[in-house]
Amino acid sequence: MKIVVTVKQVPDPNSVTVLESDNTLSRDKEVVLDPGDECGIEEGLQLKEAHGGEVILVSMGPERAKDAIRKGLSMGADRGVLISDPQLAGADALLTARALAAAIKPESPDIVICGTESYDGSTGMVPPMLAELLGVPQLTVAKKVEVDGSTIKIHRQTSDGYQVVEGAIPVLITVTAGIAEPRYASLKGIMAARSKEIKQIGLGDLGIERGEPAETIEGLTQAETRKAGSIIQDDGTAVDRIIQVLAEAKVI
Amino acid sequence: MAKIWVYAELHQGKLQPTALELMAKARELGDVEAVALGSGAKAAAATLGKHGAKTVHVNEDKAFDDFIAEPATDALAALHKAQAPDLILFGFTSDSRDVAGRLAARLGVGLISNAGDVVAKNGGFEAKVPYFGGAKVASMRANNKPAIILVRPKSFEASETGGTAEVKELAATIGAESKRAHIVERVTEASEKVKLEDAKVVISGGRGMGGPDNFPLLEALAGALGGAVGASRAVVDAGWVPYAMQVGQTGKSVRPGVYIAVGISGAMQHTVGMKASKIIIAINKDAEAPIMKMADLGVVGDALKIVPALTAAVKAKKG
Repeated sequence: MKIVVTVKQVPDPNSVTVLESDNTLSRDKEVVLDPGDECGIEEGLQLKEAHGGEVILVSMGPERAKDAIRKGLSMGADRGVLISDPQLAGADALLTARALAAAIKPESPDIVICGTESYDGSTGMVPPMLAELLGVPQLTVAKKVEVDGSTIKIHRQTSDGYQVVEGAIPVLITVTAGIAEPRYASLKGIMAARSKEIKQIGLGDLGIERGEPAETIEGLTQAETRKAGSIIQDDGTAVDRIIQVLAEAKVI
Repeated sequence: MAKIWVYAELHQGKLQPTALELMAKARELGDVEAVALGSGAKAAAATLGKHGAKTVHVNEDKAFDDFIAEPATDALAALHKAQAPDLILFGFTSDSRDVAGRLAARLGVGLISNAGDVVAKNGGFEAKVPYFGGAKVASMRANNKPAIILVRPKSFEASETGGTAEVKELAATIGAESKRAHIVERVTEASEKVKLEDAKVVISGGRGMGGPDNFPLLEALAGALGGAVGASRAVVDAGWVPYAMQVGQTGKSVRPGVYIAVGISGAMQHTVGMKASKIIIAINKDAEAPIMKMADLGVVGDALKIVPALTAAVKAKKG
């Protein structure tokens, strides 16, 4: 079974986002493999262990995104593909999906695994676009995946429980961060990853031109901020203050 | 007049509240038509008419209920070919994301997600999208036709205008090639005492709660206040509590009278789902946490001590 896992390098969610004085985000944040994608890789590895085959990591980003791929390879994935092109800077969801689709299609994977949404953008729009461009069905928001022959069955998380959704391979699935506890890379895995292939390709290799952007930012305004309230240290009177606020809000 | 479509999401015959919220905005932007697919579409059409839809395109094929995204994409793409709308509005929900993404890719157009507002400008449309961690709002112009914009739930207030929609049967043939992601069973897990979205008081916990074993402290406080318990994405991802409790960009949007954030730092993913709350109280050991800057009252201290004391005080006050 051939499994492609899409991975993304994102600002480290565990580092505190610093707002600069001009209200831009601090640019020197550490970057890491998206924690949600680690779960996708883990799921891919477990499927490979159960059914045999190959796990290929496909990413799009600047050269340094190779570090994210390398981490996945050290967990046990077989090889990586990085789409890297200056023209892709600030790519929107459609361009991202087109580039990923063009890179993934020649692999003819049985299963494409994506995180439900990235940690930074958290919009989750690329996977359904990618599924359409690959011409495969999408089984989304999976918190459990079972494969039996060519049949795949997932538990699709909903606001009040889950749905059991069935499909046939080839398929794209999106997985929640809760699906599998990502393994730690062993020393052996880290060593082995050094010699695993990461193929780097550009837009030209994929036969894609950037074209006009589908969306443009026309302006930025200050977000409506709530009027700053008071911040108090809990010196034993905090509960009284909270009670006072609750009473003023007429909830008690 | 611009031609605006609202994708009216139905869950097993039930019209979703986001559809009516979108109607309220859509009728400011142009002539509104709604598309309702699956069981209950015709009944939904009457409601959509009362909220300002001039036309509702309906099709009650069960395939729309039972297969993810593809049947709806086929129907919308076919209707798009015949009608060429200027703007299609979707709710920013799991099911609508699946359909909107697929449709945009099929039509070869972009989309704008996570919008909090939509305005008509210079003959096109701009969406207001949180940017730079929520510190700024970007006005994003959709350059393609149709513009496809996904709006966060609870961004607009639904209201009736009184009216009757013309109901048109949407001719769609849903072939086997689109019946591929089959919903074979629906399981309800959560039995919330008070619904999170409707609660007057919401108490949410994050990483600062230390672990799932401490969430009963929040339940007790919610019980005393008649409220509901929510959570940040971090603790849902960590498996402490079910997704049904997640408040935020890809969880639930709430706007209660009082929101108490306990051990939550206040990442944008979370705050876009709760910042419309009337009063925000934050309890956090870190005075520098972003949540403190948006709270009406920020308490720097140990949540595990403060919450039980607060519960006792609320009970005492209520007698």
